[in-house]
Amino acid sequence: MKATVLVRPKPGILDPQGQAVESSLRHLGFDVGEARVGRLVDVDVATDDRDEALAQLERMCEQLLANPLIESYEIALEHA
Amino acid sequence: MSGEPRPVIPVVVWPGSNDDRDAQLALERLGADTQRVWHTDEALPHGTSAVVLPGGFSYGDYLRCGAIARFSPILRAVEAFAADGGLVLGVCNGFQILTEAGLLPGALRPNDSLAFVCRDVRLRIERTDTPFTSRCAVGQELTIPVKHGDGCWFADAALLAELESSGQLLLRYAAGANPNGAVADVAGVLNAGGYVFGLMPHPEHAVDPLLGSADGALILGSLVDAARLSLAASV
Repeated sequence: MKATVLVRPKPGILDPQGQAVESSLRHLGFDVGEARVGRLVDVDVATDDRDEALAQLERMCEQLLANPLIESYEIALEHA
Repeated sequence: MSGEPRPVIPVVVWPGSNDDRDAQLALERLGADTQRVWHTDEALPHGTSAVVLPGGFSYGDYLRCGAIARFSPILRAVEAFAADGGLVLGVCNGFQILTEAGLLPGALRPNDSLAFVCRDVRLRIERTDTPFTSRCAVGQELTIPVKHGDGCWFADAALLAELESSGQLLLRYAAGANPNGAVADVAGVLNAGGYVFGLMPHPEHAVDPLLGSADGALILGSLVDAARLSLAASV
């Protein structure tokens, strides 16, 4: 079962990459507010059980994919 | 060197570590017996009195610095060693690994400049009653180089206040010398028990006046002293 995990710097965490992107966008003439840069991880979980996949993805995020101190995460499972 | 006993202080090597040999050389000169321990090893050498996790880019620093190294077999041995009160020093990438492993508080983020910083920085010692700073004086300024892209230490306000009151913010960048945007100018943090220490600057690169500073020897020498004491206590 395919899933996408989005990892973001938590609000209030300094995000210099986001700031650089934001200022580049302004230089290009785009009228933008804040930009933040996170990470996207595509994972193929070896189960067809949605609940089981979600439970595993949750553990993956807590243990490795995100650092809970500074990052939040969001899990999106593909529709069956 | 006198006939003082030489404590065993292994240096862990991951794929991508690059300061292990400098760390080894510095510790040897300061009176320790060292050996490099591979990341797949499951045990520390017999008689280990302290462990050093060196700088570098373990596993390419993929995902987050230290995030992958944290799961290497040797780290389980380091965690068990620390759980018994064993002395652990993490330098730069070693510091990042210790925070990812939860052995030290906080997290290390990309430098606020987004640039890799490589230069001498001035540091201030906050306490000397620790195994890592016993050769220093309180408030003493040291000059030690940093070289990192992800050295911006972060803790939220509540954690910071807690660490401040427990005296765990052992090393800070001197006023105006913060190279990376670290919260409260923190350059190095001690664990609650006082026996695990991580810092971004590289003491192993500053152990001889020829290198521009020998101040790093105060930190590594303190560790060797403490390791020798723990050796004497275990005999």
